[in-house]
Amino acid sequence: MLVLDQIHTYYDRIHALKGVSLTVDKGEIVTLIGSNGAGKTTTLRTISGLLHPRMGSIYFEGQPIDHLPAHEITRLGISQSPEGRKIFARLTVRENLELGAFTRTDRAAIREDMERVMELFPRLRERLNQRGGTLSGGEQQMLAIGRALMSRPRLLLLDEPSMGLAPLLVDQIFRIIRNINEQGTTILLVEQNAHVALSIAHRAYVMETGVIVLEGPAAQVLASPQVREAYLGG
Amino acid sequence: MAVTTYSSTSVRFRQKTTTRWLVRGLGVLILALVAWRVVTVGLAEGYPATFWMSQLINGLVLGGVYALVALGYTLVYGILLMINFAHGDVMMIGGFTGFFALQFFMALGWLQGPAALVALALILIVAAGMFGSVLTGVTLERVAYRPLRGAPRLVPLISAIGASLFLQYSVLLIFGVSPRVYQKPALIEGGFRAGGVFVPYTGLIIFVTSLFLMLMLYLIVQRTKLGRAMRAVAEDKGTAALMGIDVDRVIVFTFILGSALAGAAGVMLGFHNTVVKFNSGFIPGLKAFTAAVLGGIGNIPGAMVGALLLGVIEAIGPSALGIPTEYKDIIAFTVLVLILIFRPSGLLGEVVSEKRA
Ligand SMILES: Nc1ncnc2c1ncn2[C@@H]1O[C@H](COP(=O)(O)OP(=O)(O)OP(=O)(O)O)[C@@H](O)[C@H]1O
Ligand SMILES: [Mg+2]
Repeated sequence: MLVLDQIHTYYDRIHALKGVSLTVDKGEIVTLIGSNGAGKTTTLRTISGLLHPRMGSIYFEGQPIDHLPAHEITRLGISQSPEGRKIFARLTVRENLELGAFTRTDRAAIREDMERVMELFPRLRERLNQRGGTLSGGEQQMLAIGRALMSRPRLLLLDEPSMGLAPLLVDQIFRIIRNINEQGTTILLVEQNAHVALSIAHRAYVMETGVIVLEGPAAQVLASPQVREAYLGG
Repeated sequence: MAVTTYSSTSVRFRQKTTTRWLVRGLGVLILALVAWRVVTVGLAEGYPATFWMSQLINGLVLGGVYALVALGYTLVYGILLMINFAHGDVMMIGGFTGFFALQFFMALGWLQGPAALVALALILIVAAGMFGSVLTGVTLERVAYRPLRGAPRLVPLISAIGASLFLQYSVLLIFGVSPRVYQKPALIEGGFRAGGVFVPYTGLIIFVTSLFLMLMLYLIVQRTKLGRAMRAVAEDKGTAALMGIDVDRVIVFTFILGSALAGAAGVMLGFHNTVVKFNSGFIPGLKAFTAAVLGGIGNIPGAMVGALLLGVIEAIGPSALGIPTEYKDIIAFTVLVLILIFRPSGLLGEVVSEKRA
């Protein structure tokens, strides 16, 4: 469904991705783990078109997308819940969700999807008319995921959905992520919290300073001594 | 788009405290001077209440027009963090377009016809002004600003000043220095008396039209999908793009809205001042900018409030301070200096911090 082939991304002169290749198949949860500054966020931003690779190609459902602007990539069916949530602080929760559905015109179905999001995250229902900036961190995370779902993506990119959340909430969010996947959405999940990510993913990639250093079925990666030592505290 | 934008205002000059107190002292001095003039001159004259009322009405009329222009500054600033210094000249182009439409309907005889025809012609004249300004504003965005996006913030500002001069001197070249006279249709000459206060028809029409356009703008920004997209782009362009919003299109739409309002203002100012010429947009543009800063730049209700307030201050000021009306422009710019000294974020502007939960 998604193929990255030898992607090189730069921030001016900083070579952030040095030939990253990965694939995500339809129906999968694939996780991309790695320590701070490895290039995970850069990878997601390159897929979603906020950054463009200097070399390499990206294909989504067979179509090359690496030169498309971000808003067109969203239209193709890729949606991203960005690092740091990036909620529109001055817009209400409802408006944030409506913006998630910006590319769509099927009003009735949008309303249904909003219902579905509020069933996933009942907290959002009580806060619909509140400004996004007034939500707690956990609520903002729920809103970011909900907003990303509102475009009915076929591929959902999640950047550290567990960041800054209490353990109980982390479990809850990951249950929901699995739930979303079971309902048919393919997911590429970036996480620092390797343990939880590997426990729900089908396959995993491990990244270090701009290169993929390990890949395989999640269980296998979880068991590898390299990962146990580096990310799971031995 | 309700408020000032993030990164801009949070970057503060770190002045030395002594300098700051000197500047504050100067501000206090100006305020004291103003108060002294009001007491010794303005109040001592003993003007009747009806006099002040009619000044107030003048102020509101002019303030309404300033508001339309101020909104253009504030909309563009809200999205691009850029002062579109050519905006006053965009308004002037609308004034010219409106003037030619006026000539046209004059020649057709519509403006001498029955009231309904006059009203229709006036609406079409305003629409023509809006069209002329929109064309200008959109072209400027495309040619003078878009190529500079991502450049340091001073760069598009300089481009805007260049665009301003370009527009003024192009019009000077084509139409010469002599002003074009806006001839009012006989039907809207004169006015009526309400409680001893004279209300001119033109003023009333201008004020009502301004309020109507402001309401339309408010509804577009707050209630439509495109308005929502504008507010999203104002907050965070990258994330807005992730929503599938074509940021460039939203920016163009913002210029269309701002320029349309300016075009309407240009026509109404033409009727108000009875003339339009190549530099007619300059001073009103600066005043509308002052109004936008007074309300809090980037803030839509702020631009409206700031402009009405500025219009009133400017109308009442000369009598209250005993300044000859030829010098009344000094009042608006004194207001600008005072806001920049005491409340740079404006009346309704939030003192913004970068923090987010
Ligand atoms: N805007 C930027 N300008 C310059 N360099 C950047 C920028 N953003 C990221 N980098 C650099 O690119 C590299 C990869 O950063 P990236 O944000 O992708 O890491 P990450 O794996 O997401 O890290 P984290 O787990 O901390 O979020 C880092 O060395 C970082 O310093
Ligand atoms: Mg990251």
